[in-house]
Amino acid sequence: MSSNVIKLGTAALLLGTLAAIPVARAQWFGGKDAKAVPVQDVTDMLHAVMAADRAVYTQRVVNRLQNEEKVITADEHFGDKKALPLPAQMFRFGAEKVAESTTKFSYSLLSLWPVNRQNAPRTAMEKEGLKFVAENSGKNFYGEETLGGKKYFTAVYADVAVSPACVSCHNGHPDSPRTDFKLKDVMGGVVIRVPTN
Amino acid sequence: MGIPRTLMLWLLWIALTVPIGLVVLAVVVYGGNRSFLLIGKTTSGHHQIELACDACHTSLFGGREVLHDACVNCHGAELRAANDTHPKSKFTDPRNADRVAILDARNCVTCHQEHRPRITRAMGVTLPDDLCFNCHQEIASERPSHRGLAFTSCASAGCHNFHDNRALYEDFLNKHAGQPAQLESQRVALADFLKSRDNAIRVARPLGPADADAPAAHAGDAAILADWAADAHAGAGINCTGCHTGKAEPERWIAVPGIASCRNCHANEVRTFTEGKHGMRLREDLMATREGPFGLFTASTLAQMTPAEARLPMKRDAAHNSLGCGSCHSAHRYDTTFARAEACAGCHDDPHTKAYFASPHYTLFKREAAGLAPRGTGVSCATCHMPATEVRASDGSRSAYATHNQNDNLRPNEKMVRSVCANCHGLQFALDALADPKLIADNFKGLSSVHVESIEWAQRRLRERSNRRAQGAPQ
Repeated sequence: MSSNVIKLGTAALLLGTLAAIPVARAQWFGGKDAKAVPVQDVTDMLHAVMAADRAVYTQRVVNRLQNEEKVITADEHFGDKKALPLPAQMFRFGAEKVAESTTKFSYSLLSLWPVNRQNAPRTAMEKEGLKFVAENSGKNFYGEETLGGKKYFTAVYADVAVSPACVSCHNGHPDSPRTDFKLKDVMGGVVIRVPTN
Repeated sequence: MGIPRTLMLWLLWIALTVPIGLVVLAVVVYGGNRSFLLIGKTTSGHHQIELACDACHTSLFGGREVLHDACVNCHGAELRAANDTHPKSKFTDPRNADRVAILDARNCVTCHQEHRPRITRAMGVTLPDDLCFNCHQEIASERPSHRGLAFTSCASAGCHNFHDNRALYEDFLNKHAGQPAQLESQRVALADFLKSRDNAIRVARPLGPADADAPAAHAGDAAILADWAADAHAGAGINCTGCHTGKAEPERWIAVPGIASCRNCHANEVRTFTEGKHGMRLREDLMATREGPFGLFTASTLAQMTPAEARLPMKRDAAHNSLGCGSCHSAHRYDTTFARAEACAGCHDDPHTKAYFASPHYTLFKREAAGLAPRGTGVSCATCHMPATEVRASDGSRSAYATHNQNDNLRPNEKMVRSVCANCHGLQFALDALADPKLIADNFKGLSSVHVESIEWAQRRLRERSNRRAQGAPQ
């Protein structure tokens, strides 16, 4: 009897030890991983900053100076025309700067109705994500895709017309494939990618 | 019993190979005559500096990334100024991974390989000229005007460039559509601004021969003093010691002041001079040989360029001139009229240069030089190849200088449209002229036999979009 108890106790101890190994390993050797922020939270946080900066530039700079006070215009060829860069260009310039400094993430502003055809969705996930955020108000799209042999966590966030400047510019641009945008409409999406391998 | 024959041979092989290998390695690392290392004829853009191997091969173990960084080190600022249409960041974006798999445009060396003369085309491009097709297959459906065009025609004059499209984008074409060949006002950019700047640096009392402060041992003859006194330097209060002595050793007389002296006051001109083909060997960081161990290698820079080493036709009697500031600007008579045209023709002997002196541009230049026409109306070699460049400081203040990098706007030649041609000519006239090689060889005497259609296409597309929009149809 006592022999069986000892055997059972030993087995339980052994199993318990085996079960504890991954936890201990994570605690002692993989503390950084254990405390790592989930990648979805990372993209959500990145997007919060991007969306805030984008809204501030669009509303407090472009819409105020161009549409309300009419002191300067915003133009695609802002250098030649001594104008402000368009909000989409500001966003893209930021993305290019980030791309010069890190490969830990990348982002772009895309649309199912792009003024510049280069900003139409290219990957299957971009198409799916942009369609999802356009049809599901207030919801984000998350997925995983493999591009160039690398795996990415891909998040798509709706890009909404936050000011009259967005609507008037896109509806009036000769290259815009859609001319019936209204304030608060989803005009496209911010796609953020984080490599996962 | 002697040493076995095989062992003898091994020892002999080692005794020969190791020293030879060390010598080669030392030459690779430190310098010397490295011409035996060249694996193929260097492009015209780099042949002058081909023996300063580490200008591009900055690491012995570097691959494409190292070479790319070296390209950007010299050409990065130029690409940024040109609003590069295909920056690296466009291709590091994962969404373009499929495109990169076909054409890795993240690195300069994908399209511009050095030492590959058999596949090198204009501007050092080593890819076939249908490279645009790799990413832009849909262009015919997006732009009906482009249907049926050859895939090799994208970069034809007046259409598209890979990097610099500042004079070719659609809005620019539309904005300048319908301009006359000869604009109402025909003056070079910044002519008045440069004149006001020149006046600003004149001192209240210009220096004269009696003011010369050269020590008696180095006093020049009367002709030198007269040249200097009539020169802009004396007018600006720059005395003999201003150029013939340096800050580090003010007592030491510099018999022949070099580029370093000029740089003290003319930093932009000297910088751009060392960016172009005339002065690229004088870039501060270029070394023919670097300091080596045991005094075996002594640091030395590249020798100044000579016309004999040029790949363009040059005059035989100028073959051994060396190219520094004084080549075009004589030491004591800073004659900009001479420097702007005759100095060029002193060495260059190609059809374009020779034809200049029978061209309408030269007629205008002579009239301005003779005081018969307003400043800025003459067109010299420098007007087109060394145009005035405006610089704006972060506080908004303006300055301007004549770029001394004569390659800056040379190729693709549409780069010249904005900085030069558009000051006097309509865009259509300029694009047509720049697309006609024979007219260029004749130095623009006559009219172009080539017509570039890009403005008409842009105009047609503008009308079509307006019509569709007026009818409420999707674009």
